Amino acid sequence: MAEYTWKSPTVRWVDERMPVFTLMREHLVDYPSPKNLNYWWNFGSLAGIVLVIMIVTGIFLAMHYTAHVDHAFESVQRIMRDVNYGWLVRYIHMNGASFFFIVVYIHIFRGLYYGSYKPPRELLWMIGVIILLVMMATAFTGYVLPWGQMSFWGATVITSLFSAIPLVGDDIVVWLWGGFSVDNPTLNRFFALHYLMPFIIFALVFLHLWALHTKKSNNPLGIDIKGPQDTIPFSPYYTIKDLFGLGVLLIFFLGFSFFAPDFFGEPDNYMKADPLQTPAHIVPEWYFLPFYAILRAFTFDIWFLSAKLLGVIAMFGSILILLFLPWLDRSPVRSGRFRPVFKVFFWLFVLNCFVLGVVGGNPAEGFWIPLSQASTAYYFGYFLVILPLLGIFEKPLALPSSISEAVVSKGHSPVPEAAE
Amino acid sequence: MADSVSSPSGQQDEGETRRDFLLVTTATVGVVGVALAAWPFIHSMNPAADTLAVATTGVDLAPIDPGQRITVMWRGKPVFISHRTEAEIEAARAAALGDLMHPEPDDARVVEPQWLVVVGVCTHLGCIPLGQRSGDPRGEYQGWFCPCHGSHYDTSGRIRRGPAPTNLEVPPYEFVDDTTIQIG
Repeated sequence: MAEYTWKSPTVRWVDERMPVFTLMREHLVDYPSPKNLNYWWNFGSLAGIVLVIMIVTGIFLAMHYTAHVDHAFESVQRIMRDVNYGWLVRYIHMNGASFFFIVVYIHIFRGLYYGSYKPPRELLWMIGVIILLVMMATAFTGYVLPWGQMSFWGATVITSLFSAIPLVGDDIVVWLWGGFSVDNPTLNRFFALHYLMPFIIFALVFLHLWALHTKKSNNPLGIDIKGPQDTIPFSPYYTIKDLFGLGVLLIFFLGFSFFAPDFFGEPDNYMKADPLQTPAHIVPEWYFLPFYAILRAFTFDIWFLSAKLLGVIAMFGSILILLFLPWLDRSPVRSGRFRPVFKVFFWLFVLNCFVLGVVGGNPAEGFWIPLSQASTAYYFGYFLVILPLLGIFEKPLALPSSISEAVVSKGHSPVPEAAE
Repeated sequence: MADSVSSPSGQQDEGETRRDFLLVTTATVGVVGVALAAWPFIHSMNPAADTLAVATTGVDLAPIDPGQRITVMWRGKPVFISHRTEAEIEAARAAALGDLMHPEPDDARVVEPQWLVVVGVCTHLGCIPLGQRSGDPRGEYQGWFCPCHGSHYDTSGRIRRGPAPTNLEVPPYEFVDDTTIQIG
């Protein structure tokens, strides 16, 4: 990219003293992107946009919300009934949480299929896993704020998980609560943290992008960019493609917000928190169900480890294991398109995540218990057994010699689009 | 027009291209869309329905003797209600409009001459003027005196001396019956 001379004297004056416009141009306009990115590559920028929507709606909700056990539920109902457009702002925020996870989960599965976590993008991937963890903490603390029945009992169940830690568990739970049950101190700190963490995510997103732009985007072929003939500038080609994707996302996102705003929610949360009465069937929000299923899959002790502790370790382990993925999958081929055996196990893994979700939403009894155990076994087996072995035994297909050759020689569809 | 825009030769001959047209229309739709989407957020900061629902205040005037002043709260602000004596009414009416900083005749500021109802917030910088309680300084014109920057109001709540730019505001109110008013 040659030095760019800014036409506007004001822009040039600022840019000479602080090259913010040059930086933006470099990363939002000139950024050399692989020619062959498909629609699965939309979901990174979509996640960024949903994050901004969540922060904006959240700030406006915070102007009307009262973080006190006596007023929280009523203040949310006031937002829904009395505050001008309060229902709209809250429904966008509520459904935004679900769509944030939809978008991010697709983004993660895209990375899993196309090997975006492999060298040289390991750090990029790991920052993404940290973002996911902070996102989950943000979603969890946010769900407690309306102080409905599910808010209260969800908070009770999840914070009680920490009591499984040997020796200091009970003390940690009291510390988390700031008392001897989920109560006003808990609600206050959850509100403080729920307001703080999105901004931490925002900062992590910049690190994520820094790492991305240092090693450049992966692509559906999973082969390296070999020169300018393999790339096109980010703008206008991918800005317009991302905008189109945003339009499609907003149709669904706003469609739910307007016409089925409580589709993803739990009716129990429209009842005010009652510390004396537990709902018959406690379930987390849908995006936590697979992890909830893993938590409950352990119904037996192993050696000195109690079933409760094993469940907690497995639940946190199911996310933390992603941090080690770049070193578990040793296959040098990134894209699943050229890995015939991997492809089968990958789609089984996706299916298995849905099964875990269904299991997590059902009571832990009867047939669901062995199913949860089998699904949990496959979840960990995929990372700890299948991927390491495939790296040794799988024979990948021949890779194209370059992105441009694959794009030019085969027209619009370089290889059979099994993944799309 | 449509032909010249879409034909390749037309693109080179004219300064405008189909891409420019698409860029401008897209940007316009985007800006209008964002502006429309911003409105619910801006409006959410306006008074909510429950806030507006308590925006009127009813006051029973019967217990207030002539010469007495009381303060009631209306929309979070003090409202001064003064049961004026004949002398006070006379003083308010006697003032020549030419002497006033913000000329308003007294009868334009009252519904019933013996009852003066004004918002008790100094129009200068929002302090509460003194003069409601017996013993308070009432200023040079026997109305109210703002201790912050020395504004003097008369018995009609009109600014007579000092930095305040306008008279004390008269809130909208009506008599529900002979001795009850509803403010707001």
